[in-house]
Amino acid sequence: MSAWLRQHAHALRLALRRFAGGGALSAVVIGVALALPAGGYAVLDSLRGLAARASLDPQISVFLKPEVKRPDAVALEKSLRADARLAKVRFVPKEEALKELNAAQGLAEVTAALGRNPLPDAYVVTPRQGDLEPLVADLGALPGVAHVQADAAWARRLAALAAVGRLAIWLLAGLLSLGLIAVIFNTIRLQILTHRDEIEVSKLIGATDAFIRRPFYYLGTLQGVAGGMLAVIIVWSALALLNRPVGALAESFGSAYRLSALGAAEAAAVIVLAALLGWLGTHLSVSKHLRQIG
Amino acid sequence: MVSFSAVAKRYPGGQEALKDVSFSLQPGELAFLIGRSGAGKSTLLKLIPAIERPTSGSVIVGGQNVGALKSGAIPYLRRNIGLVFQDQKLLYDRSVYENVMLPLTFSSHAPREAARRARAAIDKVGLAGREKANPIELSGGEQQRVAIARAVVNRPSLLIADEPTANLDAESAARVLDIFVAFRQVGVTVLIATHDLSLVERYAGKILRLEQGRVA
Repeated sequence: MSAWLRQHAHALRLALRRFAGGGALSAVVIGVALALPAGGYAVLDSLRGLAARASLDPQISVFLKPEVKRPDAVALEKSLRADARLAKVRFVPKEEALKELNAAQGLAEVTAALGRNPLPDAYVVTPRQGDLEPLVADLGALPGVAHVQADAAWARRLAALAAVGRLAIWLLAGLLSLGLIAVIFNTIRLQILTHRDEIEVSKLIGATDAFIRRPFYYLGTLQGVAGGMLAVIIVWSALALLNRPVGALAESFGSAYRLSALGAAEAAAVIVLAALLGWLGTHLSVSKHLRQIG
Repeated sequence: MVSFSAVAKRYPGGQEALKDVSFSLQPGELAFLIGRSGAGKSTLLKLIPAIERPTSGSVIVGGQNVGALKSGAIPYLRRNIGLVFQDQKLLYDRSVYENVMLPLTFSSHAPREAARRARAAIDKVGLAGREKANPIELSGGEQQRVAIARAVVNRPSLLIADEPTANLDAESAARVLDIFVAFRQVGVTVLIATHDLSLVERYAGKILRLEQGRVA
């Protein structure tokens, strides 16, 4: 084994011993603190999946007046297609709408009792990006149009809400990261004070600064990694617990929806981030406090 | 091996510890630095491993100008100098053996070679069999001998001791000095500071008398 490897092994051994002897406590602090934004992220991510399935493209339904004749209704398609603000235009004749209604909601008996088709012909259009309000107004002004309904406005609202939530989580993660750097900074400061004699003597008899710093870097990074892993475990267990009632709730809506846990890549990202925070806190602490010794 | 020329050291408070110190030691030479308490003996010794830097003049150790050394080079200078302090500076959270091993953890010896050297050093100061003891269980003289073992385990060419016998009874003091002098026989340059002239008369060493910041 080369001398370089041996010295790193020595530093790692020291760090592990110090970790076992009390350093693990900061890992718990880090784990709990990181579990908050990581868990929030997982929940939001699940909600975004839900919103996406509900189609984030806001579709607009254009209902025609019941008295509009079929040829006039079909003719309207041309002027709709000419509108550059629309990406997709689909004609839904009233017969098809009735069929969908019967199939989807089990309302066949009710509609049968009506004796005639109460539904009008309609267009379902998908707008391109842009402001919906004037488009809805213009569509409403077309000849033969009775009513315009922007179906997926709620999906847009959910997406906007999710964006707010995401921002809040990033802010939370940022603040907690600062807190974690402070936690590691202080842990390493205490470690340096505890080993003050050893550091002093080592410097006097020829230890390099790198040799003295190395165990602290290992310790701080180790605490970060352990904290990150703990955070992932906390999030996974919490989501597994939550998924039972969430599953029951979803089933009552006839859905198999579940909260999705952090994926492997996201879990790895949490751990790497925690390791980096640990390293950074150590770096700041070591730079400040080792200079004051010897 | 060691050469001081016109060295002065003034502390930031304005206190002048050394005014004009010049002397030199040949490789393998034994020298005693004599002077009253507060004469500047400790300051002079601290200049050699660059614990302190001279205000003016030059300190040459092993051909290197210590005063001008970059801080990154200082650890390597110190590895070639065995230091024994008045207060030993042993670590009481570990055994005698681990104390002696300390300098070998950061120089690049293979573990087996390091262990062999540590045992040899402990043997040489007459503490074989006490490796597992905590230094706190040892007498003052024995603790000082642990400090000597730690200082010589890296086989330095220069051995420096600051009042190594200050807190010892006459018998222990003589024993400690005997150990130092023995290293001179294997070619190590030895410099010992003491205020007790009577102790050193038995040895054929050079006497450096430090008075009012000058070596007479």
